[in-house]
Amino acid sequence: MTDISAHAHAIAQTRKRTWFKLETVFDHAILILGSLLMLLPLLIMLQTVTTPDLETMKLGPTFTIGTELDDNFRKAMFEASGFSGQNTGMNMLKNSMILGLGFALGKIVIGMMAAYAIVYFRLRFATLAFWLIFTTLLLPLEVRILPSYEIVQQLGMMNTYQGLIIPLIASATATFFFRQFFRSVPEELIEAARIDGAGPIKFFIDILVPLSQTMIAAMFIIMFVYGWNQYLWPTMITTDENMYTLVRGIKQIVQTLEGNNIPEFGRANMLALIAILPPVLVVIFFQSWFVKGLTESDK
Amino acid sequence: MAQVSLDSVRKIYPNGAEAVTPSSFHIEDGEFVVLVGPSGCGKSTLLRMIAGLEDITEGTLSIGERIVNDVDPADRDIAMVFQNYALYPHMSVRKNIAYGLKNRKTPKDVIDAKVAEAAAMLNLNDYLDRKPSQLSGGQRQRVAMGRAIVRDPALFLFDEPLSNLDAKLRNQMRIEIKALQRRLGVTSIYVTHDQVEAMTMADRIIVLNGGRIEQIGTPSEIYHNPASTFVASFMGAPPMNLVAGELSEGILSFAGLDVPMTVDHRGPVTLGLRPEDLFIDAKGPIAMEVDLVEELGAHRLLHGRVEGQQLTVHLAKEIAAKTGPLRLSCDPSHLCLFHPDTGKRMDVRHKATPQARSNTTVESKA
Ligand SMILES: Nc1ncnc2c1ncn2[C@@H]1O[C@H](COP(=O)(O)OP(=O)(O)OP(=O)(O)O)[C@@H](O)[C@H]1O
Ligand SMILES: [Mg+2]
Repeated sequence: MTDISAHAHAIAQTRKRTWFKLETVFDHAILILGSLLMLLPLLIMLQTVTTPDLETMKLGPTFTIGTELDDNFRKAMFEASGFSGQNTGMNMLKNSMILGLGFALGKIVIGMMAAYAIVYFRLRFATLAFWLIFTTLLLPLEVRILPSYEIVQQLGMMNTYQGLIIPLIASATATFFFRQFFRSVPEELIEAARIDGAGPIKFFIDILVPLSQTMIAAMFIIMFVYGWNQYLWPTMITTDENMYTLVRGIKQIVQTLEGNNIPEFGRANMLALIAILPPVLVVIFFQSWFVKGLTESDK
Repeated sequence: MAQVSLDSVRKIYPNGAEAVTPSSFHIEDGEFVVLVGPSGCGKSTLLRMIAGLEDITEGTLSIGERIVNDVDPADRDIAMVFQNYALYPHMSVRKNIAYGLKNRKTPKDVIDAKVAEAAAMLNLNDYLDRKPSQLSGGQRQRVAMGRAIVRDPALFLFDEPLSNLDAKLRNQMRIEIKALQRRLGVTSIYVTHDQVEAMTMADRIIVLNGGRIEQIGTPSEIYHNPASTFVASFMGAPPMNLVAGELSEGILSFAGLDVPMTVDHRGPVTLGLRPEDLFIDAKGPIAMEVDLVEELGAHRLLHGRVEGQQLTVHLAKEIAAKTGPLRLSCDPSHLCLFHPDTGKRMDVRHKATPQARSNTTVESKA
């Protein structure tokens, strides 16, 4: 009796194990396939960047690695493509940085303060205000782009960093996440701080901001990438080549065959590579915080 | 150090719930007062009103000579220890303790000295640079105590500070807190729903029930002379036995027990008997059917029925016991009588001279 049942048990176990393994192989196959699919454009970019433009034009993407990397890099970063000679890669990188950072930090500061007001102060219409802010999620920039443009134009903020950043700075997403976070901060902590003599501003700076660290990091990633990748808005607001961002500037480079000009594949792809690098670095750097901020509540 | 006076202090929450009915009491300088009562009876609300974390709907509250109804918590000269410690998670122990002083713009060297003194007093020296998350529950609670001590408050407020600790640590911290309070001599108000904590720590106990003060008294008064059936059943483990008896013509009768006494009441009464005031007596008047013997090491508890009513008897460990029929006797001088409807205690004058209680002479022939 016991022998038989033990045997059956063993069989069941082996069967379970092989089945489990098959499943793992299958899962991994899907994952590997998916990541290859996503990596492919990146690999093509990498290849193009090292090859002379003529070759790329003739052969398309190949498996050979060329020798033009440094030349393409120099062209992309230090040579201007426009008439004014100011939209070098370096300059565009700077503009993109200012936009990305200003956008992310601005949204975090505004979102935190809005959430602070909504959660901690007995405002008469706090809930209503919150839901009003929340519904603006339904009105992305594209919907209100003409009025926004008009306002910026009337304020004389065309071709300025303020004009690029300020109209986009109010964030329902950040307000929402910070509100949820603040509501999870234990009541006792607030009371202890009150007894310890921390007023509203002290409480915010001494306690709430440090507690929100991980949340801030998470928001920073999302907002930085979002701001960095803005295309439509900078295209409308910046007409001055001096103000171009990377994402917008790539478009400027000749990519089609016109007359005697060979499309500058190497240069354009180099800029594209540079444009994806900072968001990737930000994500890698803040990754562990990101997960913590959105999942953990360690208070 | 200060006295605390409440004059008809009342709390009605915005949703209309009256959490504390008008309550008045006075706490002397240096006194350790425990607020005790079942969950939801308004202990925390009362304490939080004293702390200034909750508005006082009506009445006046004074700490020291000052009426503080409208004074900010930070300016009431109080310190509070919370149930969940409420330590700032991102600050080191040192910073946690110093935060209140820093906000008061205390000079740095004074802060350092006070933190060092408190840390020494609470055995926290080795942990000053740790974060609260790296401490055990007991250590965290000590940090919370440290934060309270360094402020040199006139009044300590504790809201169930030990209820998150395990039983052993709770006993230890209970003694530590009490000793510390004795040493510092700071007036303290301590909220708990644990009647053991209340009995052991308090100079005076305030028993609350449903937002009302049921009784104020020393632990011994509360225990031996409960003002109502509520207090009788709430204080003491096991609680006082409450059974239905009958009063007629100066005689109290319950299950074969007849005690002559003078009371201004006729008819049914509620009779209160502490389990330790009952003892086994082969010729005793009370016949009990024991259902269960609870072994507690230092003593035993017999649970059973007398004429269909539940009764618990407390026996010293020397006395053997088993389930089955048993005869009991009791010391009539320790009887309490309560009004059967209101539950309020009735004054009793005993006619009979109290007979000596004699546990040891009793045989346990169950
Ligand atoms: N903010 C509030 N709004 C409305 N009612 C409240 C509020 N806080 C407490 N109450 C009510 O007031 C009553 C007393 O609450 P309180 O917190 O003082 O009880 P407690 O004695 O401290 O109980 P516990 O032992 O569970 O802590 C309860 O009935 C509770 O529901
Ligand atoms: Mg409470």
